Amino acid sequence: MNTLDQIESAYLRDDIPEFGPGDSVRVNVRVIEAGRERVQAFEGVVIGRSGGGIRETFTVRKVSFGVGVERIFPVHAPIVQSIDVTRRGDVRRAKLYYLRDRVGKATRIKEKRD
Amino acid sequence: MKAILGEKLGMTQIFNDESQAIPVTVIKAGPVKVTQIKRVATDGYDAIQVAFKELAQVNGPQAGHFAKAGIAPAKHLVEVPVDDIDTFNLGQEISVGDLFTAGQKADVTGVSRGKGFAGVMKRHNFKGQGASHGAHKVHRAPGAIGACATPARVFKGKRMPGRMGNERTTVMNLDIVEVDDERNLLMIRGAVPGPKGAVVLIREAVKANG
Repeated sequence: MNTLDQIESAYLRDDIPEFGPGDSVRVNVRVIEAGRERVQAFEGVVIGRSGGGIRETFTVRKVSFGVGVERIFPVHAPIVQSIDVTRRGDVRRAKLYYLRDRVGKATRIKEKRD
Repeated sequence: MKAILGEKLGMTQIFNDESQAIPVTVIKAGPVKVTQIKRVATDGYDAIQVAFKELAQVNGPQAGHFAKAGIAPAKHLVEVPVDDIDTFNLGQEISVGDLFTAGQKADVTGVSRGKGFAGVMKRHNFKGQGASHGAHKVHRAPGAIGACATPARVFKGKRMPGRMGNERTTVMNLDIVEVDDERNLLMIRGAVPGPKGAVVLIREAVKANG
């Protein structure tokens, strides 16, 4: 293991559940407002993960009041308090950017059955 | 002045207390050993010479120089002006923890990556010319480089294409994010000159206060 990996490994989190594109998640985000901290949830579909190691990020998409909203979170950032996977999706690609062009029923994702 | 030599290991990012990702350059700094002590009486100024990166063998004259200090031969030597010359001994080992702590500012000097023969857009940030509107084979060209019969020459210092990079460069006032004395590591916010494996000189910032 080289030195850079060693440094990064100190910042890697091991409390992050396994999840991937198509999964519905609730990301609990720490928000600091008026000097005090509270937790805000961002719920949506993971449409992709990108990068590796400490730089890995994932994109969550949701439709809020008819407007599509996407947020990109670093997987290992301390700002993410926890991630709850609410539903496993069965998808065939790594990046679900096609969801951006769809509305309503067309955005449904099949649930994964084992 | 505080200074140490180090080897650039590469860049990564770490998270600070506010969950911001901080881009850091990791440098394996030191330990260096004092090879020579220069004094006002003998050399006209006070300075120490330090050595970095041990070598298996060096040529005769150099071997003698290192033997005088009683240390193994090393690849890199650098002179550091100091005020308190009497606190140093020949062969003394200086590690990064003795010099720097997190939160300080540092200047980092190294040899920048060679870019080869570069055009004016890359080398001097010229704007180039239009992609269309009738432009033909001049998209990255400098344009006019002077006037006509007066002065009938191109002024000295006119920015032109040429060799770029591979020169000594100093980046000033970089934040020291972390000092790991055990592993001799230094984490500095931002980029420093040179490729991975390059030897860089880290000094305390000379212009830290304005």
